[in-house]
Amino acid sequence: METFDLSVIWALIIGFGIMMYVLMDGFDLGLGILFPFAPDEDARDVMMNTVAPVWDGNETWLVLGGAGLLGAFPLVYSVFLPALYIGVFLMLAGLVFRGVAFELRFKSRRDQRNRRWWNRAFSWGSAIAAFAQGAVVGTYIQGFNTENGVFVGGPFEWLTPFTILTGIGIMIGYALLGTTWLILKSEGYIQAWAYKLTLPLLLAVLVIFVIISFWTPFVNPVVWERWFGHIRLIWVLPALALLCMFSVFWAVRQRRELIPFLGTLGMFLFTYLGLVVSKWPMIVPPDYTIWDAASAPGSQLFLLIGVLFVLPFVLGYTFWSYWVFRGKVRVGEGYH
Amino acid sequence: MELDPLLLSRIQFAFVVSFHAIFPVFTIGLASYIALLHALFYKTGNQAWERLAIFWTKGFAVVFGMGVVSGIVMSFQFGTNWSNFSQSAANFIGPMLSYEVITAFFLEAAFLGVLLFGRGRVPQGVHLFAACMVALGTFISTFWILSANSWLHTPAGVELVDGTFHVTSWREAIFNPSFPFRLGHMALASFITGGFVVAGVSAWYLLRGRDVEANKKALSMCLWLLLVLTPSQALMGDFHGLNTLEYQPTKLAAMEGNWETLEGAPFLLFAWPDQQRQENRFEIAIPYLASLILTHELYGEVPGILEAPPEEQPPVWLVFWSFRLMVGLGLLMIAVSLAGLWLRRGGKLYESRPYLQLLRLMSVAPFIAVLAGWVTTESGRAPWLVYGMVTHAEGLTPSLTGGMALFTLIGYMSVYGVIFYAGTYYLTRVIRYGMKDKDEEALVDDFESPKRPWSATDIPFDENPTKGEG
Repeated sequence: METFDLSVIWALIIGFGIMMYVLMDGFDLGLGILFPFAPDEDARDVMMNTVAPVWDGNETWLVLGGAGLLGAFPLVYSVFLPALYIGVFLMLAGLVFRGVAFELRFKSRRDQRNRRWWNRAFSWGSAIAAFAQGAVVGTYIQGFNTENGVFVGGPFEWLTPFTILTGIGIMIGYALLGTTWLILKSEGYIQAWAYKLTLPLLLAVLVIFVIISFWTPFVNPVVWERWFGHIRLIWVLPALALLCMFSVFWAVRQRRELIPFLGTLGMFLFTYLGLVVSKWPMIVPPDYTIWDAASAPGSQLFLLIGVLFVLPFVLGYTFWSYWVFRGKVRVGEGYH
Repeated sequence: MELDPLLLSRIQFAFVVSFHAIFPVFTIGLASYIALLHALFYKTGNQAWERLAIFWTKGFAVVFGMGVVSGIVMSFQFGTNWSNFSQSAANFIGPMLSYEVITAFFLEAAFLGVLLFGRGRVPQGVHLFAACMVALGTFISTFWILSANSWLHTPAGVELVDGTFHVTSWREAIFNPSFPFRLGHMALASFITGGFVVAGVSAWYLLRGRDVEANKKALSMCLWLLLVLTPSQALMGDFHGLNTLEYQPTKLAAMEGNWETLEGAPFLLFAWPDQQRQENRFEIAIPYLASLILTHELYGEVPGILEAPPEEQPPVWLVFWSFRLMVGLGLLMIAVSLAGLWLRRGGKLYESRPYLQLLRLMSVAPFIAVLAGWVTTESGRAPWLVYGMVTHAEGLTPSLTGGMALFTLIGYMSVYGVIFYAGTYYLTRVIRYGMKDKDEEALVDDFESPKRPWSATDIPFDENPTKGEG
């Protein structure tokens, strides 16, 4: 065990899994958030059809992340989940509802009233799940009230102005992923609608990004020290995030189709990396590092063997399903 | 009244697990049945097998989809309500659950799409192979989950250091003493559930005279299967009971309703266990039978509940009655299977309307029996979460309040209520729609269609399925 550090390997795997989940489920949750504002029912059909083939696989990363955390960093599991108890419930309820709505909306053809209810289940489920995920990020930045590795705070301790802001931030960020995805996957008046929404959303994301960036060091002195202490190289990450935002702005003005989506993905990626370096190696802030939170080395190793064997297949299958469903989705012709 | 987070969390976990368990217990058996139908079609070329395979694949898709959705909630339950337990048992439970996700998901991701949408697009042999792999995937799932569950009952291969379990032998921990019996009992239960559901639905079709040829085949097949499986299950249950006698004597005593350790213990047909008085109020008993069943000797010793102090006893009436419900339904299932054999003579099997009606009703029996069995085994473990080592109270999330637990309990019940209603409603639609040629065309419509389970059915949620029928 001396030559390589299992906890670091696991932190990288879990970090990668969370990133995959955020990027991939992000745009389909975003479509759910945009759902009520779509120009018409045809547009909603197209929106759903663009993600119908892949969203199921996207959520697998969530299950994988949850089970992986229990196996590799049980302390995260046993502090985060009790601390975010109500939020976790809301997220799960949201995901369950939208999962079923996905299926049943397509099956409800005749009865418009029926269909409207599944539309609502889809958009509310998506919005609540996205908000809850943003609040998790905010709570992570804020830190947890623990004693001897056990959460000792109250049920609503996570709910602060700061976490509400991060929750709304993620909702708007996901919506931006949704519009840029739609620019890529649709055409005509639906694409025009997505273009029109992208810039205001981008502006909103920028404003929240700036507020959170200035607020975070005040919420957390360790973060302050890291950003305004001696290490200067990390400033390249927010710079790259801003560059990505600018590329989205530029590409929308130019009516490019692929770059807005890639730019938004990049924005999420660099912001996420910025967050990670702010906290590393803290995994249950403010008191516990990845080594404190780790399970026994034997358990980490036992699980690592399986994950390293399966991960290439999961990635391959994911790539393949996106490849099969490449190209535009048109009104009335979806995958159904 | 003070809300008790411990009790509410136990109810919540029981509710979420039971609700989820309904789906896999059906899909495990059904997946193998579908693979068998494909194999029969592959071998004989008889269209009836193929029609059945297509029809049941649709039912499988709907139930599988609901299982997946309810399963997401499961994996978070350990952390939200039982964080101390998660922390202490993670070294073993974590890898078990993760292995379930990665091994089962790997097979499903690769082959479910081919099973649901590949007919006519991939060679028949490949399609059959995919069906077998999906069935195998459901078993791999069962393997990990039951290993983890059995370990809670008969922990092995671990040592408890400062409140944390460390695995000393993966082999001993995974193949812990009660694991083979639980796995066997559960696998048989899944096949029996699948068998009774298929038999019940086929009976319903025969009563209405729809697709008679295929459904006669299906019914006959299921009844032969059940004729073998239901008595085997009784035997397997007996083995499992002997294992419980050895490792969890107090649970067994509660199942028998036996307070004092006795030689030549009677079998109680009826009793009213009174935990406060630590005795039974009424008893109707068959002398010596419990000893005979459990020890295979007339004067064999049967342990009593009083061997454990009152605070280490399970809720006796619940264990006692859920066990009787399970056994009673099991005996009924054996009787129904035997009746089928008897009706076969003279070819009255497909004509006897009362019997077909009975089969229709029986399709819910295995679900109730399975749930009752889980209640017996899980509440029989109380107050231990990890038997003899960690209690439920010790495993509970310390920061959890009664109000929070109640809020989420009601929340999950409402969410699942809506989902279950919509799903069951839709499943009955699929069944009423039946095996029509129209949707067979739709099914092979496009191989590049979404790989979500429910995409395998093309039946509308809100149209009257029997409209336009004669």
